[in-house]
Amino acid sequence: MSPGAAAGIVLDADGIRRAVRRIAHEIVESNQGANGLALVGIQRGGAVLARRIADQIEAIEGTRPPVGALDVTLYRDDLAQRGIQPQPQPSDLPNIEGKTVVLVDDVLMTGRTVRAALDGMNDFGRPRAVRLAVLVDRGHRELPIRADLVGKNIPTNAQDDVRVMLEELDGSDGVMVVSGRVTR
Amino acid sequence: MTAETPTRPRNTQPAAWRHSDILDLDDFDVDEIETVLSLADRMREVLDRRIARVPALRGYTVVNLFYEPSTRTRASFELAGKVLGADVITITTATSSVVKGESLIDTVRTMRAMRADAIVMRHSMAGAAYLAAEHTDAAIINAGDGSHAHPTQALLDLYTIRKHVGDLRGKRVVMVGDIAHSRVARSDMWGLTALGAEVVVCGPPTLLPRGLRPGDRPAHTESALPPVIIETEIDRAIEGADIVMALRLQSERQQGGLLPSLHEYSQFYQVTAERLKRAKPNHLLMHPGPKNEGVEIAATVASGSASIIEEQVTNGVAVRMALLYLLSGRTELSGEEAR
Repeated sequence: MSPGAAAGIVLDADGIRRAVRRIAHEIVESNQGANGLALVGIQRGGAVLARRIADQIEAIEGTRPPVGALDVTLYRDDLAQRGIQPQPQPSDLPNIEGKTVVLVDDVLMTGRTVRAALDGMNDFGRPRAVRLAVLVDRGHRELPIRADLVGKNIPTNAQDDVRVMLEELDGSDGVMVVSGRVTR
Repeated sequence: MTAETPTRPRNTQPAAWRHSDILDLDDFDVDEIETVLSLADRMREVLDRRIARVPALRGYTVVNLFYEPSTRTRASFELAGKVLGADVITITTATSSVVKGESLIDTVRTMRAMRADAIVMRHSMAGAAYLAAEHTDAAIINAGDGSHAHPTQALLDLYTIRKHVGDLRGKRVVMVGDIAHSRVARSDMWGLTALGAEVVVCGPPTLLPRGLRPGDRPAHTESALPPVIIETEIDRAIEGADIVMALRLQSERQQGGLLPSLHEYSQFYQVTAERLKRAKPNHLLMHPGPKNEGVEIAATVASGSASIIEEQVTNGVAVRMALLYLLSGRTELSGEEAR
């Protein structure tokens, strides 16, 4: 990204923490507790967020739902557009057979990642139901997919870059929108 | 176990994969080898799933073009392609137009005209894969060209060793047997030395390649082979080894006169339990296959507790998956970040 691009913080560390806590509460409420739940985070940001949501659910309910991570690189339909990714992350899923799986990602945009994740999960088992939780919904869907749980809706231009930084991966928490119009 | 995923700052594009063909490891740098090995780790995880099939290479066509017999390499590439969702066909010379005299270049071009994206080639002539690569824009993977190179075997050897010992720097890897005719040995030398291993090659002088025989380390071979230690005495070679790799005695490539007798050869160069006592206590035993048990390796050793030969076979599929995946994207590294 070019250095001149305008960047704005749209969610700070506290904002992320509140969003995660609220999502955890909503999951517990709609599921009537933590029984039969499993969380699956999409690598890499979603995997981190899934663990945080599980921590919160444990704090609320006293039981921690099984958490796993899914890498969707090999299931994508837009490899040609994105280029290959020489470093897919590991997939490590809990038993999802018959569970209510909450799929977690950091940013929802086109929906293609989620579509790939649904395909990928199929190879590991058949959940009873799948819900989608995202920290940021930035619009610009290309597929009929919507999130059940959203941390924050952020209107963006298609060219903007939404960067979710998470302490576990990037050293600190924050969501930024970097204006994309000045690039290239 | 090692082979961790290197942490890369997020939101940065990984280095572009620059190879459009896999011909040998002599032009691979350490980072490129590492890219293959860590990707192979992900592929191994896919391979171990109950449903080992992902759609990453849907619409990609792999042609196995084998001018020489092969069981494991051919099957390994077929499986690797299929697990990734590619279409794979295999052509062996006995049943193809090659017997009618079609040239190598013609055959490769014909395959490309049928929209083959990758051609996996084995040929008895050194350099065959290079020739093919010059005449097609399909990705060429060298699955063995004469006595010259077998890069995918070398990468699977590196991957297998890495899984067990982690960092290869300073590890003593001893290859014993018919070095002269072994394309595996040549490619392994490149890969192992690149990762910092101490490589020892051991065999009778007649089975050491020109340039690696005792006393002939002249300048003209400096660039032709990487630096290795040469040993003609097996006990001295195995002393303190972390890895012992037995190589097949390739009778089909020998014109005769290189060995007094098979019996004598196995007397002096067979990898046996007795000889392995000189290796490190936790040494590992490898063999690229196919084995001549009782010739270059004792049967009890091949199936002994130090043997990781079968693991090599499984890992071979994962490594070939990684290579096919990397090659499939070679023209498409635009790197537009879309979510």
